[in-house]
Amino acid sequence: MNGYSFIQSTMQGFARAFAKALQSEQAASENGLLQALDPRVRVVGILMMVISVIMCRRLEIIAAMLMLAVVIAVLSRVSMASLAKRVWLVVLGFTGLIALPALFLTPGEPLFAVPWAHAVISVQGLKAAALLVLRVETAATLTTVLVLCTQWAHILKALRSMRLPAEIVTMLAMTHRYIFLLIETANQMFESRQSRTVGTLDGSEQRKMTARTAGVLLGKSIALSHEVYLAMLSRGFHGEVYLLTDFRLHAADYVAITIFAVASGMAIWVGR
Amino acid sequence: MHIPDGYLSPSTCAALYVCSASGWYAALKRIKGRLHTRTIPLVSVFAAFAFVVMMFNVPLPGGTTGHAVGVTVAAIVLGPWGSILAISIALAIQALFFGDGGITTLGANCFNMAVVGSFVAYAVYQAVATRSARTSRRRIFAAGIAGYAAINASALLAAIEFGIQPTFFHDAHGAPLYAPYPLHVAIPAMMLGHLTFAGLAEAAISAGMISYLQKADIGLLGGIKDFPDVRQALSAPAAVSSQGRLWGVVATLMLLTPLGILAAGTAWGEWSAADYAKSERRAQIEASSDRNAAPPAPPAGMKQLSTVWTAPFPNYAPRFIRSAAFGYVMSAMFGVGILLLASLLFKSLLVHSPSGKGPSRVST
Repeated sequence: MNGYSFIQSTMQGFARAFAKALQSEQAASENGLLQALDPRVRVVGILMMVISVIMCRRLEIIAAMLMLAVVIAVLSRVSMASLAKRVWLVVLGFTGLIALPALFLTPGEPLFAVPWAHAVISVQGLKAAALLVLRVETAATLTTVLVLCTQWAHILKALRSMRLPAEIVTMLAMTHRYIFLLIETANQMFESRQSRTVGTLDGSEQRKMTARTAGVLLGKSIALSHEVYLAMLSRGFHGEVYLLTDFRLHAADYVAITIFAVASGMAIWVGR
Repeated sequence: MHIPDGYLSPSTCAALYVCSASGWYAALKRIKGRLHTRTIPLVSVFAAFAFVVMMFNVPLPGGTTGHAVGVTVAAIVLGPWGSILAISIALAIQALFFGDGGITTLGANCFNMAVVGSFVAYAVYQAVATRSARTSRRRIFAAGIAGYAAINASALLAAIEFGIQPTFFHDAHGAPLYAPYPLHVAIPAMMLGHLTFAGLAEAAISAGMISYLQKADIGLLGGIKDFPDVRQALSAPAAVSSQGRLWGVVATLMLLTPLGILAAGTAWGEWSAADYAKSERRAQIEASSDRNAAPPAPPAGMKQLSTVWTAPFPNYAPRFIRSAAFGYVMSAMFGVGILLLASLLFKSLLVHSPSGKGPSRVST
């Protein structure tokens, strides 16, 4: 790998993070099902569904939950293409690869013998692999739909209303804000380095360059934290954090949370 | 190493959430105790830094690349407690905002990488670096070893968490319900990638950053206590200890109050109306007033006012206590108590403590 492709791949990672954030902002502003609900109902409802998927032990019930997640995504105007690209293919590629050997390694009743590989797929192996892939797909779909349909600030307020300490919520909010600033700073440093790189850097030089960039970023982060601290002090910060949670539940929210609870409860009960 | 939802059973997730929550609680208490108001911006921005560093592609020998976690540098600069918070926040945002790593497995990921990773990195770094100078090459080596050890310790924990799943969680026919590989498969499979690539990536970025900081910003290697503004924040405990010393002085003075009764006579000007009638006191007044004789009778105003208020402890000694010295100490304690109560009342009237129900006061 030459210096160019190594820097390029890091910068592509930065661009993907920005694209994801932008996609979330756009999807969250759509007029869909989830977007119309109170953020607390969205967070709690989807969280209940994810937990029910994790607790469920039957393939067909998990498949039904996946279908429900897809219906929620469609009604919330989440693009199926982006969901497939962002979740389904990624999970299939990663978890599918991890689950594949389980077909052969899991001891149990033989189902199918692969003649050229001298290996036997067991019933238990097939179920284990299918359960893992399906469960991860369903949970990731639900989580992604929630993330896409909810502004970050609303997720934080919902977490706060679930009694997460105010300090933690504030730190999550600040971190999220400065992630994009630091990504932009790191991106500019890499761009600057790339524009001054002629020829091929050897591995040692590439590592030194990465570490130096990280070191500069650390120094800038500490300086930034000091500036933020002074700004907070100037606004009267004295160590106590207060956050407004001005959400109001409507009739539709009560109906939605009931549906989420019933669906999750049934999945756990039937799929036990 | 970011475990997604679905790989671990609900009970494993719950147990690891409890473990992580204990770490978060202890970390928050400790670092808030040390830094107070500086905690939130420092940990937040450091978490953002760790998040970005996790996105760096670190070139490795053999032409491949790996991703570091940044836990070693966090543990060296912020200390293990600050590192737990910063790395946990970064992992939480990865899970909640970017969908990297699960929500039900966030406790497991934080326990593996943030809690255990931070302590292993800090302990190994301290053990290898010992008391070497900040500019010593030994510290670069120590950071590399610490990074390698921390990532592999975290990976080993994740492998164990995966490996116990088929043993404890399977259906009636023996099909694993979660991660399907037992310990003897999960551990080698997980460790192979981390002993070779991920561990090296963390070692390279940690050692490289320490080397860079030794040349460019050596102050950061002293930890948060050496940051200029944090040093100011750290003076808060010193203020507490000086307050403690002040209380010691007050207590000593209270105990020394019997010395007051060793002084002869009455303090100049503190005479009572009855003193004018006593020849012994009149002689004292004359002696202490540059030989000017006291008037034959007390002034009329003084005589009139002396009956308006009678002190509860006349001459600093309650009537029911016979020992003058003990009475003096009792009077001192009573007087200090009254003053403290008055001060607290005065403070509560002047300083309005913030109420938890008020609107948002802090905009970060």
